[in-house]
This record gives sequence, structure tokens and C-alpha cells, in this order.
Amino acid sequence: METSELNGEKIRKFLSEGKRFDGRKPDEFREISIETGVSKNAEGSAKVRIGKTEVIVGVKMDVGTPYPDSKDRGNLMVNAELLPLSSPHFESGPPKFPSIELARIIDRGIRESKFIQLEKLCIKEGEKVWTVMIDIYSLNDDGNLLDAAGIGAIAALKTARIPEYDEESGRAKFGELSNERIPLMKELPISLTAHKIGEHFIMDPNAEEEAISEARVTVSSSDGIIHAMQKGEAKEMEIEQFYSVLDLIEKTEREIFKKLEKHLK
Amino acid sequence: MAAKKSESNFERPDGRKINETRPITAKVGVIPNADGSAIFAFGETIAIASVYGPRKMHPQHAQNPKKGVLRCEYNMLSFSVNERIKPGSNRRSTEISKITEWALEPVLMLEKYPNAVVDVFINIIQANASTRCAGINAAAMALAQAGIPMKNLVSSVSIGKLDKQLVVDVNKHEEDWEEGEGATDIPITMTPDGKMTHIQLDGKISTEQLKEAVKLAREATKKIYEIQKDALKKSVEEHK
Repeated sequence: METSELNGEKIRKFLSEGKRFDGRKPDEFREISIETGVSKNAEGSAKVRIGKTEVIVGVKMDVGTPYPDSKDRGNLMVNAELLPLSSPHFESGPPKFPSIELARIIDRGIRESKFIQLEKLCIKEGEKVWTVMIDIYSLNDDGNLLDAAGIGAIAALKTARIPEYDEESGRAKFGELSNERIPLMKELPISLTAHKIGEHFIMDPNAEEEAISEARVTVSSSDGIIHAMQKGEAKEMEIEQFYSVLDLIEKTEREIFKKLEKHLK
Repeated sequence: MAAKKSESNFERPDGRKINETRPITAKVGVIPNADGSAIFAFGETIAIASVYGPRKMHPQHAQNPKKGVLRCEYNMLSFSVNERIKPGSNRRSTEISKITEWALEPVLMLEKYPNAVVDVFINIIQANASTRCAGINAAAMALAQAGIPMKNLVSSVSIGKLDKQLVVDVNKHEEDWEEGEGATDIPITMTPDGKMTHIQLDGKISTEQLKEAVKLAREATKKIYEIQKDALKKSVEEHK
């Protein structure tokens, strides 16, 4: 997305008065909606909309071998694709940096918070464990795919069921889901991103705002404890500004958490 | 504040003080072919960086008519870690390369070089944690030596939280800390006047303690900056 210089100037001018084009407050999210069970062959799936931004996230599982440094734990893989159908700015081809970064940010938020109890996904130590694969696809990019992807991953995991396991062959019986859920922690690891435009910080930018964002900070936290964080883009930040970003995200997280709890009951 | 309480009785595996980095080596001008180059080491973590450019950007469609482009490549040599890693780029190195660009770009005055590219190649020749920080430090020095106009240097350090204790410059042993709350790794890059150009975090930490970590990084990066500056001065004197 490219924002014309004229509009960029206007956005900055509006923000200095605490206003945005669509009438939101700087820290206000667009309407969030979550739909689960949107792809029936997946172990778990979810579509998340934040305003006009939309992602679809699916969870698949398979029996695999554990990594040598975690012999008694299941594996987690997160992959993201920014589909050409979702924006005129995404192209086909091998994964480029934005999709790699998106996947890695979501991966770390889930992994570091220990949201998935991977130790319970061990079938036989050193030989067979469950691998949880989370695939994120953008359906429409109107800004803030990062936060939408994080919510989608949680929703898909929450609804996923583990496939039946065939003791004899030692393989998963695909297409036959057990009634067992993926063992998850109660606290949701929510990852939220604040964007710096001029001297202002906003949450949940639309595409036009995101395009003129000079820096962003994504914080993944559960229950008020931070588990992963990444600053993106090249603009530097004063230490005091950084502190206020942390406070802004902490405050927003509490609001989003309440919304998610309602949706994911 | 919790960090301060246990400060007196916390012992780091290698006996360092909590705000002490490993011995730092910094030297400029290590690759004769390059326009600028440097080696930077935190103890056993050794990074070399070389800078080529500003030179014409290829492919042409990647040119920016408004300002020069900074292009960084972070790479770990296959034998730099215990278990050999497959040569070439992977998702981790792709991300660190971009993070490094973002960490360095705010201090570079690239508007003087439209359509050009400044290439920075960072190679980790021996790894014992904090490799991205060592790489950024080496790159900043190499860029200065290459004569790219810069508003400032940047200095990078990793802050670790081992169980509940904050420490400066984590090594591999500390990075794999398992007791108590385990290890939290927080690489931070700052300018000498205290602006943050990069921060990442993996682990578990409260907002309050994270603010403490930033303060520790501020102090540590000031010291690293002096070492980088001295190394640059020395290289100028040698060429007189």
C-alpha cells in the first residue's frame, strides 16, 4: 500500500489532534470478529477480521520425530503466506521477508509463553511426538495483519482436535479426529503491535496508516507478563517513548483480552 | 527492583559481575578488499563485517531515487556452532539481516546516495550467544571506516534475565539457563545519546523489569561505544 504524501500529511495532522480518518481514537481497535471451524479438514481453523483486514489460520497435526534437543516434547511450526489475492502489493513466489517475520513473531509469542503444552504431545520419548503446524494466510490486507494473525492462531489452536493415532502403524489417522483437544494453558498469549507515526503512537493501523508507520513494536504477553517482543522498521525511539509504548500495549491488551474471552468461550 | 535484591548473592557461571560484558575485542580494517571492515568480539562470540559501497544498485528495479539503500546480510559460518548448520540463509538469518538494517539505518545519511546501495556483510566465525549484537557492533564500525556519512554510531548488547536476575551480555551457557524462570534474552541496540534503534525479546518478563533491562543496556552500550570509537581512532592514526 502506498499512501500519497498529501494523505500522509493529513494523517499526521489529524493525529496531533488525537484524531483518525475513521473516527477512532489513537489506541482504538476496529471491530474484531472471529469465526472458527472454517475449513473442515483442518484439525482446527479460524477466520479473523479486524475491520476489513482478514486472515485465515489452520492447524494441522502429524506424527513426527522430536528434535534432538527436545526429545520428550512435541514440535511447533508456524508458517505464513501473504497471498497475492489479498492485496495488489503481494506477489507469488518464494517467501519474502514480511511473511517470514510475521510467522516468526507469532511463533515466538506462542512458543515462549508455553501456551501449547508441548511436553504433553510426546508419544514415545526420542521417537514419536506430535507436530503442531500453524499456517497463516492473509485474505485481505487492510493493515495490522500481525495482530489478526496472532488472534487467529490462538482461535485455531483453541478449537483444534488431535487426530486419532494408529498404534500399529505409528501414524496419524488423517480425517479421523479424536475428541481430545490440544493441551493449552489457560492464559491466552496475545500479541499486539503499536505503530509510531511522527511523534504519535497508534494501535491497529489500517493499510493507509500502516504504510506511513515509521516504527512498530510488537509485544506478546499473557496475564501481564511479556514473553516476546520485536521492534520493526528503522526509526529510532527515545527510551521514554518506549516505556509509554509498553504501557499503551498493556492497557490495550486488557481490553482485547476481554473481547477474545467472550468470542472463544 | 527484584533484580537489585538478589544482586549481591547472584553468581554468574563465569564469575562476571551482572553488569559486566565479556572481554571485548574491536578492530577496524580487517578485510583489505572492503571499503570498510571490522571485527567485534564479546569473548568467544566473534563477528566480522565488511562494507562495500556506496555502489550502483543491482538489480536496477531495487534502486531508490530518493536515497541510498542499506542492504545487510547476516550469516553464520557452518562450523561456528557445535552442531554444523547448513550453509546459506534460513528464516532466522533472514530476519536478523533485516533487524540489523533497521538497527543501523537511523544513523546513516543515505539521502546523499540516491540509486546506490551500501552492502554490509556480517559473518559469525565463532558463536557463543549474542551473535546479532556482535554483528551490529562490527557493522557500525565498518560503516564508519568506509566513510559513509553517519550521524552517530550504534552499539548493541544483549540483556539476559536468568531466573529473576538481569545480566549484561549473555553467553551460551546463560542463554540455556533452565532454573527458576529460565532465560529471557533481550538484544538491544542504542545510539550513544540513548535512542533505541532495535529491541527484541524472548522469554518471560514483567513490564517493570523490562524497563530496568533497558537501563542496563543504556549503561552497557555507552561503554561499548567508547571501545568502538577507540578502535576507529586507532585505525586513523595507523594510516597517518
